[in-house]
Amino acid sequence: MKVIYTDSLVIGGGLAGLRVAIASRQRGCDTIVLSLMPAKRSHSAAAQGGMQASLGASIKGEGDNEEVHFGDTVKGSDWGCDQDVARMFVNTAPKAIRQLTAWGVPWSRVRRGDREVVINGKKVTITEKSEAHGLITSRDFGGTKKWRTCFTSDGTGHTMLYAMDNKAIELGIPVHERKEAIALIHEDGVCHGAVVRDLVTGELIAYVAKATTIATGGYGRLYAVSTNAVISEGIGTAIALETGVATLGNMEAVQFHPTAIVPVGILTTEGCRGDGGLLLDKDGYRFMPDYEPDKKELASRDVVSRRMTEHIRKGKGVPSRYGDHLWLDITLLGKAHIDKNLREVKEICEYFLGIDPVKEYIPVRPTQHYSMGGVRTKATGESPTLKGLFSAGESACWDMHGFNRLGGNSVAETVVAGMIVGEYVADHCDNNSLNINTKLIEKFIRREENKIIKLLNRDTGENPFELKKEMQNIMMDKVGIFRNGADLEKAVEELKVLNQRARNIALRNRISTSNPELVEAIRVPKMIKLAQCVAYGAMLRTESRGAHAREDFPERNDKDWLKRTLTTWSSEDADLPEISYEDLNIMKMEMPPGSRGYGVDNTVHHPDTEKRVAEIEEIQAANPDADRFEMQELLNPIEIPEKFRGKNERIGRGFK
Amino acid sequence: MSDNERILKFHILRYNPQIKGDTPTMKTYEIKEAPGMTIFIALNEIREKYDPSIQFDFICRAGICGSCAMIINGQPDLACRTLTSKFPEGEIKLLPLPGFELIGDLSVNTGKFMRQMSERVESWIHDKYAENVDLCKLEERMDPDTADEIYELERCVECGCCVSACATKRMREGFLSAVGFMRLARYALDPRDKRSDEEFYEIMGDDDGVFGCMTLLGCQDYCPKDLPHQTQIAYLRRKMALIN
Ligand SMILES: Cc1cc2nc3c(=O)[nH]c(=O)nc-3n(C[C@H](O)[C@H](O)[C@H](O)COP(=O)(O)OP(=O)(O)OC[C@H]3O[C@@H](n4cnc5c(N)ncnc54)[C@H](O)[C@@H]3O)c2cc1C
Ligand code: SF4
Ligand code: SF4
Ligand code: FES
Repeated sequence: MKVIYTDSLVIGGGLAGLRVAIASRQRGCDTIVLSLMPAKRSHSAAAQGGMQASLGASIKGEGDNEEVHFGDTVKGSDWGCDQDVARMFVNTAPKAIRQLTAWGVPWSRVRRGDREVVINGKKVTITEKSEAHGLITSRDFGGTKKWRTCFTSDGTGHTMLYAMDNKAIELGIPVHERKEAIALIHEDGVCHGAVVRDLVTGELIAYVAKATTIATGGYGRLYAVSTNAVISEGIGTAIALETGVATLGNMEAVQFHPTAIVPVGILTTEGCRGDGGLLLDKDGYRFMPDYEPDKKELASRDVVSRRMTEHIRKGKGVPSRYGDHLWLDITLLGKAHIDKNLREVKEICEYFLGIDPVKEYIPVRPTQHYSMGGVRTKATGESPTLKGLFSAGESACWDMHGFNRLGGNSVAETVVAGMIVGEYVADHCDNNSLNINTKLIEKFIRREENKIIKLLNRDTGENPFELKKEMQNIMMDKVGIFRNGADLEKAVEELKVLNQRARNIALRNRISTSNPELVEAIRVPKMIKLAQCVAYGAMLRTESRGAHAREDFPERNDKDWLKRTLTTWSSEDADLPEISYEDLNIMKMEMPPGSRGYGVDNTVHHPDTEKRVAEIEEIQAANPDADRFEMQELLNPIEIPEKFRGKNERIGRGFK
Repeated sequence: MSDNERILKFHILRYNPQIKGDTPTMKTYEIKEAPGMTIFIALNEIREKYDPSIQFDFICRAGICGSCAMIINGQPDLACRTLTSKFPEGEIKLLPLPGFELIGDLSVNTGKFMRQMSERVESWIHDKYAENVDLCKLEERMDPDTADEIYELERCVECGCCVSACATKRMREGFLSAVGFMRLARYALDPRDKRSDEEFYEIMGDDDGVFGCMTLLGCQDYCPKDLPHQTQIAYLRRKMALIN
């Protein structure tokens, strides 16, 4: 039995995992990162558009600050987020981006003087100030009041991930590649590490650690068409679920991005619309202003995706052999801009569609994109129920996104969460000793070993690739952008059947070493469980909030549903998860529930909302001289690790 | 996207070094072409329908992550963004990328090579004050053009195509290769990296470095991200020659 001991085990080498690893390493903890692939190939590299941080250096970002970013994030979440966490996030994001600057990200910079931009379909000249020249610039993104999304051309995630991994290499942090965590080792509510399968040799290894962090990204591949990488299968989230102790949060909150290309689902960044691109229907008509006169194409993602779907349902889609789609028009941005700032988009259009976006429209359709749900954590990143288990990044439900995340807030979350959670991981390592019985390790290794032996010995049974396809189609057809009770009930039933069938997988290629079919056979039952969490959670939530849109319950219902869904899977034999809820406390909210400002506001309000609004007014009246920092302290005092507490400087306004 | 269906023949090198006694053999698979089919789609179909043991690496399937480089009809390229319609004969021969440790079939260990490369060129900003930057204060300014130029060199996805296309690398095992030169050029250009020319010379001023390069530019021809190998290698050589 091979056992590797460390202080801080980080499962996942994307932006979040690497940042946690860097934090714990810098604090002197022995740290190991596990990844399915070389870290630099993690899906974080695919983020094109940018990272939100309220630096406010560009003229169109002027006046931005933590408050404005906070407001956008909470509204974007449809009040489903944890406001303490959103606060920690917005206050730390400027520091995160500045640290990445020191570590080498070549952020696009402000250039003084006039430049032409496209706003609302028209060319406009804006003038950047001389004093901002050379500072990090920003672009417009959906659902934000200011131009806040900082970027490196359209390779933002790539440059961030390269800087992050290079920093990890500088610190000598080992990344064990082609290793897959397939179970967590735990006992009496304490996590002790993971059982890991070497994807080349097939060997099972126990990684035993004081702190284990899941940073394995999203679960987009539960859906047939997704913008996500093919490895975004949620296995990290699933192994937390399978402990029966750790909880998952808001699994039904799944985001669809408005503009992925048809049919393959590769993303064209929100930067296309941020920079002035338009959505057109089969008649070449710009339809978004009819639905959302105020924000138009730059309404929040969930809103735009729904409006597009509505428009297609009215018969306004462009027919194609792959079903109806709409057009994304960026021709009006001009060749120079596309060549420089939307270059990856251009390459994607050339290679996968054979078109030139400088001259032609891009066929797009809303497509699964982001998992708001994940391993439920406290603000420290630790599971509230399984000690020593942490999570950060897309795999976590740290919960700054609630039911809809804003574009540019995710890569920002990975880094900010990495910084903050990383400190708490290091604290945990400092305060705990490695204290584990080898019998326990052996028990978990044997359990996984036996499952694999069974798989390899079974003569006939289900085909894992087929099961996965069926699951993906159920999710696509019945748990998609618009949801309804009847379809969701069917989905829950059908997935239950798949869950049963997945206990009887047989392989054609029966070897235990590198074997893609075996990998699939290990993953698919876990993925089906996650799909069940999503579908069941969606079925039970009889309201619409953010990306969770019920046709039969179109109103947001704060009175009954201002709560977070918690999911557990208590026993191996169960064929359905257990779901409970955790209330969001309005009386502690810095920003009590209100309207997002899209369409008609049909919110069913909670009685506390009015009370809290009145209370806040009182606090404001009683403290007329409080500045915004003091006011935040009064309304929403939060804990941030000491080193990230200072006020953020901005050009033209100092530390105010 | 062509609409006429045809049968594609894939000739694929099969070899699993994990299995004792296995030897490399070419195997042929036939599948029906679909409109817009890429080698990513085709290989997955082959795996799911005909041979679940076949190994290859795709992650982003969008030409972004650099995982899927292989030799496609004699030329290194990213398989995920190669359309099958590109080959009028309908015959597609796939070999693993040479110059890297073979994991099995079309999967090679580029990760190990790239990590070693990064360690060798010390692929990070060298600035002893970087860790003490006050994160509350405005970031250090950078000329917008300089930032854009650095990004041009940072677009490398570590796919390994340049390494596999390099004649020098084939002869000199320890040759740093174009990907390493591009990385060095990236840091040499970056005002935040405080390394001197002499320090860069220590890393690349020999025959395993930039003086071993024969400037035949296989690297530039096959780089899927169109990095400017020619100008950058020439620039590094000039810079290093001045020190000599
Ligand atoms: C196409 C696309 C574009 C995007 N653009 C933007 C954008 O412009 N702005 C923005 O803010 N966000 C964007 N996002 C979202 C954002 O990129 C992701 O949410 C974020 O990068 C996730 O980072 P992560 O570190 O949490 O996970 P990832 O980067 O997905 O990393 C996951 C890691 O976990 C490892 N792993 C997974 N499972 C296991 C296992 N079982 N064992 C061991 N290792 C495992 C993987 O190898 C990988 O290293 C985009 C997403 C997509 C799909
Ligand atoms: S120019 Fe030729 S020898 Fe030099 S790195 Fe490129 S391929 Fe190799
Ligand atoms: S330089 Fe080009 S060919 Fe070489 S690894 Fe980078 S992207 Fe690939
Ligand atoms: S799979 Fe990412 S580049 Fe091909």
